[in-house]
Amino acid sequence: MAQVIPFDQRREGARAIPSPSTAVESGLCQALTARGRPCRNRALANEFCRVHQPPVPVERIGPFDAGRVRDVLDLLRRRAIGEYTVDEFGFDPEFTEALLLLVKLLYQSYWRAEWIGLGNVPSKGAALVVGNHAGTLPIDALVMMFGVLGEHPEHRHVRLLAADLAFRLPFIGPIARKMGSTLACDEDALRLLGAGELVGVFPEGYKGVGKGWKNRYKLQRFGRGGFVQIALRAGVPIVPVAIVGSEEIYPMIYNARILAQIGGLPYFPITPTFPWLGPLGLIPLPSKWIVEFGEPIRTDSFGADAWQDAMLVFELTDRVRHTIQEMLFENLMRRGRAFL
Amino acid sequence: MTSFSAARLGSAALMGRRILITGVSRYLGGKLAHRLERDPDVEAIVGVGESEPEVDLERTEYVRMDIRNPLVVKVIQTAEVDTVVHMNVISTPTRVGGPSAMKEINVIGTLQLFAACQKSPTVQRVVMKSTTAVYGAGPGDPAVFTEDMGLHSAPVSGYAKDAVEVEQAARDFGRRRPDVLLTVFRFANFMGSGIETPLTRYFSLPAVPTALGFDPRIQLVHEDDAIEALDRAIREDHPGIFNVAADGVLLLSQAIRICGRFPLPVPLPLATPLASAMGRIGVIDFPSDQLQYLVYGRVADNRRLKERFGYTARYTTRQALNDFVAGHRLRRFVTPDRAERWEQELYDILRRRGRTERAAISSGTA
Repeated sequence: MAQVIPFDQRREGARAIPSPSTAVESGLCQALTARGRPCRNRALANEFCRVHQPPVPVERIGPFDAGRVRDVLDLLRRRAIGEYTVDEFGFDPEFTEALLLLVKLLYQSYWRAEWIGLGNVPSKGAALVVGNHAGTLPIDALVMMFGVLGEHPEHRHVRLLAADLAFRLPFIGPIARKMGSTLACDEDALRLLGAGELVGVFPEGYKGVGKGWKNRYKLQRFGRGGFVQIALRAGVPIVPVAIVGSEEIYPMIYNARILAQIGGLPYFPITPTFPWLGPLGLIPLPSKWIVEFGEPIRTDSFGADAWQDAMLVFELTDRVRHTIQEMLFENLMRRGRAFL
Repeated sequence: MTSFSAARLGSAALMGRRILITGVSRYLGGKLAHRLERDPDVEAIVGVGESEPEVDLERTEYVRMDIRNPLVVKVIQTAEVDTVVHMNVISTPTRVGGPSAMKEINVIGTLQLFAACQKSPTVQRVVMKSTTAVYGAGPGDPAVFTEDMGLHSAPVSGYAKDAVEVEQAARDFGRRRPDVLLTVFRFANFMGSGIETPLTRYFSLPAVPTALGFDPRIQLVHEDDAIEALDRAIREDHPGIFNVAADGVLLLSQAIRICGRFPLPVPLPLATPLASAMGRIGVIDFPSDQLQYLVYGRVADNRRLKERFGYTARYTTRQALNDFVAGHRLRRFVTPDRAERWEQELYDILRRRGRTERAAISSGTA
């Protein structure tokens, strides 16, 4: 019996003959050539020649491709028996890439993030990505990290350096490690850079992320330039990144210092929605984001002991800071209103 | 090939050696003695331990005594020992009668042993078993510890603190007797088919208690690799401190799944009481000071061992754990085979449902 094949499932150029019976009897291919003439090739078992084989219909399970379903089941099985690898820092790339699907929705649709200068992030080899930090919770670091993973042509993982508080907290700590973060200390930073990784660092630390609304987009002190020393010791370029949009997600109008002290936290934010709305107050506001990566600043030409040269460290720190501040102002002007 | 030639070269280096092993009554010490026994070049092996050895030994001269006993000096002198392997730093307090007794054995015992070694004109080499626990485990620690990192969150109690003090004693000894070759091994947690430790018992529990909201990195070392490292330190000259740890890291949750167990998350404030309760009823002797490890995890860098010894542990952390699972015939609730079968069955069910739905649609339209 002749199989009925819908038009859209045929190979390009192959069209069904209105009355296939003659072709079937002749043992020739049933298809029409691109010029509209009957194909004269000998038909194979299914009444089409080798050129005009219809595509194998993709098996589907519900709305999904059966192969994809299989992959997901396979992933679940492997996770269930522990058959996956984490590196010595506890980084779980599979977990992180699965999370990207979710975070991508957030930064693409909710925050409408614009990515500028992703080409300044090296495609391979180590580099230190240095950014501004804001927004009460370190969401900006995560958006930057997932942005490079999702939008950079090489889909690189940025290994974030985080404060020890992150690793002290239940649930947060293990997830931070699974996403590739580690403690902001010289040993870990140098180890990651030595392994050729992209490392992300926010030298403002708590001073940046926990600054009040009135100081928005004003870069705070850049530590003591530890990040420059690290870059010099590892001889890796510094890629400055300016993140616009994070300041508005949780506008901190007041820092309740007493509550912070009681809870052992670096600050306790009071925002227009938190803690007034309870857990709803934790929903970040939908500001418009622009993330720009500046040109890499090379550090490999200064020599091996340059990291001990305090003057050079200060100069480079200042240069990175200025670059980021300028990019921030520029993109703020360009962005216009933060919401809608 | 390389290991074969190294062994040949090594046996020459063992010619006429007289070796004293402390802690020989325990598994690892016994295993080391057993291995050295098989080498005819080793002239004599003296084993010191406080109870009957776990491992059957043939020609090891076994001396049943506590290393705190001043007779140790006599043993070293009369046996003309040239190599001392100190493996008597212990981590399980209940077996010896409480934490203070453990501290006595660990610290005072080691001090006495080193005092005896210092006096001895024959001792040329000391190999000591320590632990990566000396690095501590905390949220403010670097992810990977190297040998020359300062001890960040230096342990304040228990076994780990003993190990820090024991290492200090070793360093002092090294200063006083610079002519003696001193090798200190910081072992990761032992794992394998034969050894029994609090950690192996932990992974044998039907439901494994974990700290709610934490998933530490764990790193192991296979017992055979530990023995191999000790053996090489006896044969070859490698003075210094070395981390002995397998390649690769597992998350605790992952390890529990590999063992086919279920995690039982316990809120952190309840972890210490639970651990001590379990210790008291004899389920598991997990010193509560080591709980930090099961909360924050610890990984040590094994690069120095690889470079100086030219030895890479044959088992990765995962392989060591697999060997433990196989060797202990752990009854797993979820085995890889079973999981694969479930996956196949689930897939078949989904496919069949998909097909019947499609058939229903086409018959409906027809």
